[in-house]
Amino acid sequence: MNRLLLALLPLLLAMPAAPARAGADVIVLQSTTSTRNSGLLDHLLPKFTARTGIEVRVVAVGTGQALKNARNGDGDALLVHARARELAFVAEGYGVLRCDVMYNDFVIVGPADDPAGIAGMRDAPAAFARIAAAGAIFVSRGDDSGTHVKERSLWRLAGIDPAAGAADWYREAGAGMGATLNIAAGMEGYTLTDRASWIAFANKRNLALLVEGDPRLFNQYGVILVNPARHPAVNFAAAKAFRDWLVGPEGQAAIAAFRVKGQQLFFPNADCGRAAQGPFQRTRPRPSGS
Amino acid sequence: MEDLGAAFGLALELMAAGDPELVGIVRLSLAVSLTAVAIACLLGMPLGALLASVPFRGRGAAIVFLDALMGLPPVVVGLFVYILLSNAGPLGALRLLYTPAAMILAQTILVTPIVAALSRELLAGLQEEYADQLRSLGIGPWRAIPTLLWEGRFGLATAALAGFGRAIAEVGAVMIVGGNIKHATRVMTTAIALETSKGEIALALALGLVLLALALFVTGAAALLRETAARLAHA
Amino acid sequence: MPEEGAILPLEVRGLGLAFGPRPALKEVTFALGPRGLTVVLGANGAGKSLLLRILHGLLPPGRGEIRWNGRPPGPAVWRRQAMVFQSPVLLRRSVAANIAFALAARGLPRAERRRRLAAALEGCGLDGLARRPARRLSGGEQQRVALARALALEPELLLLDEPTASLDPAATRAIESLLLRARDAGTRIVLVTHDVAQARRLAEEVIFLHAGRVIEQAPAAAFFAAPRSAAARAYIEGRLPA
Repeated sequence: MNRLLLALLPLLLAMPAAPARAGADVIVLQSTTSTRNSGLLDHLLPKFTARTGIEVRVVAVGTGQALKNARNGDGDALLVHARARELAFVAEGYGVLRCDVMYNDFVIVGPADDPAGIAGMRDAPAAFARIAAAGAIFVSRGDDSGTHVKERSLWRLAGIDPAAGAADWYREAGAGMGATLNIAAGMEGYTLTDRASWIAFANKRNLALLVEGDPRLFNQYGVILVNPARHPAVNFAAAKAFRDWLVGPEGQAAIAAFRVKGQQLFFPNADCGRAAQGPFQRTRPRPSGS
Repeated sequence: MEDLGAAFGLALELMAAGDPELVGIVRLSLAVSLTAVAIACLLGMPLGALLASVPFRGRGAAIVFLDALMGLPPVVVGLFVYILLSNAGPLGALRLLYTPAAMILAQTILVTPIVAALSRELLAGLQEEYADQLRSLGIGPWRAIPTLLWEGRFGLATAALAGFGRAIAEVGAVMIVGGNIKHATRVMTTAIALETSKGEIALALALGLVLLALALFVTGAAALLRETAARLAHA
Repeated sequence: MPEEGAILPLEVRGLGLAFGPRPALKEVTFALGPRGLTVVLGANGAGKSLLLRILHGLLPPGRGEIRWNGRPPGPAVWRRQAMVFQSPVLLRRSVAANIAFALAARGLPRAERRRRLAAALEGCGLDGLARRPARRLSGGEQQRVALARALALEPELLLLDEPTASLDPAATRAIESLLLRARDAGTRIVLVTHDVAQARRLAEEVIFLHAGRVIEQAPAAAFFAAPRSAAARAYIEGRLPA
């Protein structure tokens, strides 16, 4: 056996070298599935890398997980969408230099025959209330992601707490957007999804887009840098270069130019002003991209 | 159903085209899992031989514990390694999180108990057969370890293969500690999970078929090697 | 006079061993001189193998006293013995490698190992099989390898536990003639068997074991001509116990 292992040794040595993830020219971006699965990051990042020589490695998880990872210093920058929690993250001193970057919107999708009769409604909480009243299956992300946070806020606006009542029509997938859409398609259930994931999603089957256009379905993305005062090992300079590029004219134009199946999915609205930093922040280095 | 047909076509297409991204993913999968299995064998086989050969107080409990570790969920291992390697963790300074090294570490932890437990079971049988003869030759339990390992080499290859099967197929641990980063830490299983989450069922299935082909190739090659060796040598 | 460091003569007094409440060996007392071939004869379950294993240090004696040339048992004693088991336990490697393995385990210098290996192969008629995988040989050939391995150690005392019990007559003959040659060359041999005919062919001395006790110890000629005990008489005549 030992001889066999010796024979394997050259293979081990030939392993692709794993460059340290935070070398001078590499940053780790904690982001969400919506930005990766839609193809937006594949569209943006090569442009950024071509401009600066900085490689961006994307870990795409739910917003909750992304914030948790960044809290541990596992990542140099964040691109996520749960504004209140982002502001709290900054206020607690884990992040700095937050900017609004862009927005997209959520839509409610469900079975094309629409047993709850919500097609065409423009009031999202009212549509949720109708789903609950009909007892139609609703598949929740259930994973503490930005989408899940938004969904819970809509239930609150509708005056319903589906998770508390152990309602049998309310199913928590505990999964990413794509997996949740797969489940909704399989169960013929309703779900809330960001438009980007919906358009890029290839396994729609009997699902259809039923509700859109409510201003409350607006979904703001923000970029945050991990605070180097708390995690000195982060590649702050490169991360800041990324953030500056993203909110600068070149990044914003690239976001606007991104199309999936002919549709624009993300709308640039960079803002690094005081509002984007949240009201609580105290110890923040001077932002430079505003 | 049409997904299934499409998947087979797509799988053949992917393999025939030799798409560089897919080749990179396949190479990384093999490199990570084979390395992890190699380390697991270096650790697990002597450990299994030790548990088979050397009597000590608490050996029974140790064996039960080892057998239980075989059922370790990959996600739990992933979380454990994540906590270890996280920047805020005890080994954060090594900067290994989101690198293939982290994935190798996680898979090694996952696979070592499997290799050790299977080795122990196999070698305990051998030990029973050899114990008196070896003692007659003046070879005690400790010195018997290398002899048992060498005598059990063909059976141990099966333990290594079982470990490889577990490593190449697991997704939970490498997803967490590798991060499924394109061109850096994406392997077959995390790529499959990603395509599934995009709703690209046929593509995911096709990648699954490529993975299956890969596993078949490795186990087939190992079986062939083993049989030839056994025939030429002294089974 | 026994040479310096020799383990023989052997004296065993009051040896007893019990597994649970049933004694397997009781008050076993006998002595072995420095030369010759002693057969330990007896039915299955008489305790012959246990006795051999205790002498070889594979089993701890329950009670009683064992003195090897006046010294207590220990690794230094066991190193001067070799044992051949009923079913040969060969390693998964060539015939030559099996013998070389045993020599290496003794920590002999390389030149000495080479000399002994060649001698053992030649002496046991294994030259033609040296490169063959040991476990692929016939049962008789395998037992010959096991015997060659034991003899290569040049033991003062060679212990054999039913070495031909599962062999055909030709293979048995081969083993027996090797044993006689080894005896003639000065190796002290203790052979356990339940085969009366084999005992008649080989034994110079017989220890007859019955139900865990030594019933008789006598020169072979005397034993077979006039066994003193009823049990031995019945056994030699091939009568089944009632």
